[in-house]
Order: sequence, then C-alpha cells, then structure tokens
Amino acid sequence: MRKYREALIIMRKELRGMFTTPIAYIVMTIFLIATGFFFFKDFFYFNQAEMRNFFQLLPLIFTFVVPAVTMRLFAEEKQSGSMEILLTLPVSTTNAVLGKFLAAAAFISLMLVPTLFYVVTVELSGSPYYGPIIGGYLGAVLLGSAYCAVGILTSSLSRDQIVAFITAWAGCFFLWLVDKITLFLPSWLGFLEYLSSDFHFKNIERGVLDSRDLIYFLSIIVISLLVTVRVIDERR
Amino acid sequence: MIRVDGVSKSFGEVVAVDGISFIIRDGEITGLLGPNGAGKTTTLRMITCYLRPDRGSITVGDYRVDENPLEVRKTIGYLPELAPIYGDMLVFDYLMFTADIRGVQDDGRFREIAGLCGINDVMHKKIGELSKGYKQRVGLAYAMIHDPDILILDEPTSGLDPNQIIEIRNLIREIGRKKTVILSTHILSEVEATCDRVIIIHRGKIVADDRTENLKSSSAAERSLYVSVGGTDFSGLSGALGGIPGVVSVERIEGGDPIVSARIALTGAGDPRPEVFGTVARNGWVLYEMSQKTRSLESVFRELTVGGGDA
Repeated sequence: MRKYREALIIMRKELRGMFTTPIAYIVMTIFLIATGFFFFKDFFYFNQAEMRNFFQLLPLIFTFVVPAVTMRLFAEEKQSGSMEILLTLPVSTTNAVLGKFLAAAAFISLMLVPTLFYVVTVELSGSPYYGPIIGGYLGAVLLGSAYCAVGILTSSLSRDQIVAFITAWAGCFFLWLVDKITLFLPSWLGFLEYLSSDFHFKNIERGVLDSRDLIYFLSIIVISLLVTVRVIDERR
Repeated sequence: MIRVDGVSKSFGEVVAVDGISFIIRDGEITGLLGPNGAGKTTTLRMITCYLRPDRGSITVGDYRVDENPLEVRKTIGYLPELAPIYGDMLVFDYLMFTADIRGVQDDGRFREIAGLCGINDVMHKKIGELSKGYKQRVGLAYAMIHDPDILILDEPTSGLDPNQIIEIRNLIREIGRKKTVILSTHILSEVEATCDRVIIIHRGKIVADDRTENLKSSSAAERSLYVSVGGTDFSGLSGALGGIPGVVSVERIEGGDPIVSARIALTGAGDPRPEVFGTVARNGWVLYEMSQKTRSLESVFRELTVGGGDA
C-alpha cells in the first residue's frame, strides 16, 4: 500500500477540491432531480416494489453526470499551469492518475448514497427482492467508475474542459449505445454487444454476478487509466 | 551537484534549448540570465523532470533525471514561473498537501517556513485571492517546505514590489549559504545582487558562464568618459582631447550647438579626468557634465545577446 500513498493523498485533495467548488453540489442536485423524477414518475402507477425504473435509466444519466465530474481533473491543471506543480512533486504519473480516478469514483459512489432513500420507499410500499437492488448498486458503482476512467482519459487529452466534457460524453454514450445498434447489424456482428456497458450493467443488475461482467468493467478502467498515463508522459 | 550534459529540447520546429552543458557545484547560487524566450525556463523544467530532454543527460546528485525522476524530485524544491498554483485551495491546505506528499510530518517546520516567508496572515485565504507578492511567497514556502538541498527558482522576484524584492533576495542569499540555488531572471541587478555565478543563455545556447565578479572585471579596462562641453564644436573638442594620454578615440554623441556631447574611449590604468578638465578650462569652454562608466554586467549582457548568435 505504501507504493500508493501519494495516490491517496491526491484523492483526498481532489475530493476536498470538488466540495469547495459549487460543481459537486450542482452535479449532485441535477443527478438527484433527474433520477428522482424518473423513479417516481411511474412508481405509483405500476404499484410494484422494485427499482427497475431507476436502474434502467442510470447508465444513460451517468453518461452526462460522470463527465461533468471528471472534465476538470486534468484539463483544468493543464489550463492553469498547475500541472507543472503536480508533475514536479515526487509523485509518479501512475499515482497522480490513480488518485484522481479514485476521487472521481468515490464522488460518484457518494452521489448514489442519497438514492438509498428510494430503497426505503420501495421497502415501505412492498417487499422487494433485494438481489436486483444490491446488484444494481454494485453495477452502478462499477459502471460509474468505468465512465470516470473514460472521462479522465479525455480530460488528459485536452486543456479545455468543455472539449473534455463532450468527448467524455461521446465515449460513454458510445459504450451505452453499442448493444442497441446490434439490432441493425448483421448477426455475425452480434458480439459487439459485449462491448456495451449497458449490456454488462443489466447482467449485474439482474442480481447475477458473473466474472465476465466484472472483467469488462475492470478492463475499461485499467485500459483507460493506462492510456491516460501514457498520454501524460508522452506530452513532456 | 547538478550536471547538465549536451542537453537539447525542441517544441515542434522551435529549438528552445540547443546543446547546453554546465555543472553546478553544491552551495553555489547560480543565476540563469537571458532575454525572454532564451530557454531558461525550459532548462529549469528539464532539471526538475517536468520536461524530458530530447538529447543529452542531466544528473542531479546521484540520480539521472531519466532513470530516477522521483528521487530527483525529492531533492529539489521548485518554484515555477508565475507560481501557477491551485487558486481554489486555501494556503494552509495547499501547504499541507505539499507537506503530505513530501512526507514532512513536522509541525515545527510548517510554522518555521510560514514565518520565514511571511505568510502567517494569509493561511486561511484562497490562493486565487492573494496579491501577486503573497502568491510568490506561498510559492517559495511550497518550494522550501521539505528543506531541499537544491532550490530552483524561476523568476522568483517577478511581480514583487521593491521592498519585497529586497526581502526575497536576502532570503535567497540566506538559503544559499547552505544550499544550492539556481534562479532564472532577466533582471541584471538581481544577478549582481544575489548570484555567485552567472550563466548567460541566448537562443538556447550558453554564451557566457563565469563567476559574477569575473564577468564584470574581465572587461573593466574598457572604460569610457562621457562629457558635455559648451563653447566649442565637435572638431575643436576632439582635436583638443585627442592628444591626452590614455584617450583612444573621441566620438560624437549628439548636439553641437551650444553644447556638444562626446564619448571618450579610454585605455590604460591612468585617470585622464584632471587632464580633460584642464584642457576644457584652458580653452575657456564650459564643462556641463563629465562621467566615467566602466563596463557593467549590463553591457556584457547586451553585447552577448543583442543581435548575436546564429539565427
């Protein structure tokens, strides 16, 4: 763990930074309003004690929300020149990237905490199956983390936060979209659905924990972060 | 000890640093002097492992920057140009963060450095809201918090008022007694005031590298005298003064009516000023002004960096 000491220090600093600017509160509020609306919209019609509505839209909502959190992580440092501070401290690029990733992933996880209120609502109105709910939250953390890694990669490519946001959104949206367009493709291209974040998220959300789905999200995270490290090291 | 050996760095087509080599011994204050865009900042950024040299090697202490960048960064305290620091952070949090990363756990050190840099009053302000001078001090505190053996300061006094400049220079000299300091600047008086040694860089190349006093005295023989005389014209003046021993040439600067100004190039150790005055007085002219100038670091600098170098 000693090797990653600096990553934890950077994570602490980034988390603190998110909460000293209004952006964290704005993103969280928008996220809660959006998920709350879609969750309660039909909740009382169907009279079903489940959270499907919430989890169904979560991957799409994350494609907007996660890039808003990650866009500044490297772009802002490049813009302001503080990248020079970060990269002349005795911190390896890996630790710098990892620290920022952990901060973003922790923020996304924190953002999910208030939604546990929906679980309480469901519990009060019936007796839900907890398998899908626990699976849904685990999947949400994994999916959010994977999107964070994509967002950090695009943030390291640009010094403009808006560009970082839009490219991150495009990347996440593509991952969400892939399994939906396989309908229009010849059937031998059906394997493309394995590339889809939504496909794997749905698997976990059913309450079935398959190692393939875990490996998928971990690969997205590891590959994106490794590329980010390369991008930063190459631009010296 | 810092050893820079044949280092080059280009950005696209632009060659920022072109094969420079120098050695900086421990306990020296070295000034990196050059016009804007000469390659000073790029050189410092390579020593601090922010940029990678295209060619050549840099060794800091026992470590090479390309092999052990983390060890090199540990021994260096670095104040980047314009101290671009995290505007949203409180000064206290920023220094805490640095101390954490650097593994400084001593609270005493924290108070000591805050006192030394005079930032106790602003500890709980946002860095972005500080004045330029305070930002610079926070940058210095940041650079020195781990008591580094090598301190690298990129334009440490830019944006400070004259009192603060003197304070910071005193601070640098104080630190320079025990530590190795490299500072970059385009302000000549700064080098004369603080540095033991000067390296002048121009268009990415080293054009001079010597102790400050040597660089000044090597050309001390080249003195000149500036005079403004009334009551004669230039030819009369140069005719009368040309015969004085020690005078090499008399050059017209401006005027002629009623006051003529001239630059008299001198040679030798003697002082021809009494003779010049005597000549002027004997002819019944009026001496409005006479001053002697020895070549300063400024003229060395101008000679080396204006127009010179290959384009």
